[in-house]
Amino acid sequence: MSAKVHVDKISAWYGPKLAIQDISLDFEEHSVSGIIGPSGCGKSTLIRCLNRMHETIPKARVEGQVLLDGQDIYGQPAVSVRRRIGMVFQKPNPFPTMSIYDNVAAGLRLNGVRERKKLDQAVLESLKQAALWDEVKDSLDKSGASLSGGQQQRLCIARALAVKPEVLLMDEPCSALDPIATAKIEDLIFDLKKDYTLVIVTHNMQQAARVAETTAFMYLGKLIEVGRTRELFERPGETLTESYITGRFG
Amino acid sequence: MKFPVDRDTRRRWFDFIMSGATLLCVALALLPLGSILFEALVRGAPALTPTFLTQSSLMGGIANAIQGTVVLIGLTALVALPVGILTGIYLSEYGKNRLGGIVRLFVDVMTQTPSIVVGIFAYSFIFELSLLGFFPPPLVFSVISAVIALATIMIPIVARTSEEAMRLVPTSAREAALALGIPRYRAILRVVLPSCASALITGALLGIARVGGETAPLIMTAAWNNDFFNGLNQPIAALPTQVYRFAVSPSLAENRAAWGASLILVLLMLSISIASRAVIRMRAVRR
Repeated sequence: MSAKVHVDKISAWYGPKLAIQDISLDFEEHSVSGIIGPSGCGKSTLIRCLNRMHETIPKARVEGQVLLDGQDIYGQPAVSVRRRIGMVFQKPNPFPTMSIYDNVAAGLRLNGVRERKKLDQAVLESLKQAALWDEVKDSLDKSGASLSGGQQQRLCIARALAVKPEVLLMDEPCSALDPIATAKIEDLIFDLKKDYTLVIVTHNMQQAARVAETTAFMYLGKLIEVGRTRELFERPGETLTESYITGRFG
Repeated sequence: MKFPVDRDTRRRWFDFIMSGATLLCVALALLPLGSILFEALVRGAPALTPTFLTQSSLMGGIANAIQGTVVLIGLTALVALPVGILTGIYLSEYGKNRLGGIVRLFVDVMTQTPSIVVGIFAYSFIFELSLLGFFPPPLVFSVISAVIALATIMIPIVARTSEEAMRLVPTSAREAALALGIPRYRAILRVVLPSCASALITGALLGIARVGGETAPLIMTAAWNNDFFNGLNQPIAALPTQVYRFAVSPSLAENRAAWGASLILVLLMLSISIASRAVIRMRAVRR
């Protein structure tokens, strides 16, 4: 089994508050891994530790290792880690002052790419990959904020893809979207698996069951159980997992 | 006889009265402004002759004062805008610690320092430096000394307004940029600052308007000059100080000229404000 990302005994704090404790976990290459658990269990904190976004919060602290292709990301510059491990957030957050084109090109442009051809190519490819091209091809110079919520989220996915990351982290990418937009994003996740390693945090257990090959269940900052999605849902090994997925709490 | 007044009717009346009250308050707030404009226009307009607008005060005009104010505003902005905005960036983006708190406190105290005190500060600052041999003594009354005073007034205003402006930019915008592997300074320059450009410009304008109208610190630093700008180490005329001199003069003609100069000062501020608002609108992304 080839682990693209290997999490080794990660703990994270917000000031004195311990948010996740001693988590070890593997994410396989070209697969979708789901992370489920009730609000406040540390799912978002965990994935924010995977691209060093956790430390952007004042007084936040991380201990442990995260290996990307065997190399500890905490021993590398944070900016280069984030170029290899992209992220899509819970609420669509296109850059409000930028056009659709500029939003997608932002990651490349602000990292020094200037050739128009390269940018055009990247914008076209990323928007196509994010299944948004057909809807916006005639209005690339319009503000990103003029799109609908679902389109904005796909724009954010395109923006993340444009820098050609190897891993894409998604923090509840559909929680602000309606069922139709959600279905589109889920289809997209399925397609992206070919080229990327995806980690998706979700509130929605059906969603994990639909898109993820392996699923991890977290509770109160700890990793309770991880396994093939099907097995986890059908024959959970832990009583906590069973109580959660059968809706007895959470 | 009792009128049955139901709740909805009561609420409609209450709403009507409160709306009226807010309108009345707006009118009250605008009254002084309207009155100033009206007074300046009625009394100042007759003074506006071609000579008045094109000649220096040697020839009974205010052209040198207009030029002086423009020079002072320009040079002050050149010094105060970069320092103020960079301070604002520090306070908003990096200053969530003790040092940030201390800087913020100092900036607040500076904002509230009476301008005459700032004038005395700039005066004695240059004076002390000239005693130490850094500047020749005549520099005490000069453009340089005036710009030091005005920048001291403008920097804290710009710093606080730009800090507030940047704080209103949602964290999600910063996170989006950082998550793309964009270095923090670039995220600030290319994402945070453009997102609050209009608020930054408003802050800069507030600072410029404040500085453009200052009189007391100029008396201590720029002093007067009846001629046009003739060097950074020379005294310089300015509209507010010119208004002051005209107003305290025993000559009735000069008292009338004070109104003319006031009118020009008001119009200058108004046009700076209108021009920058137009710039903001032109820059806005098409929706």
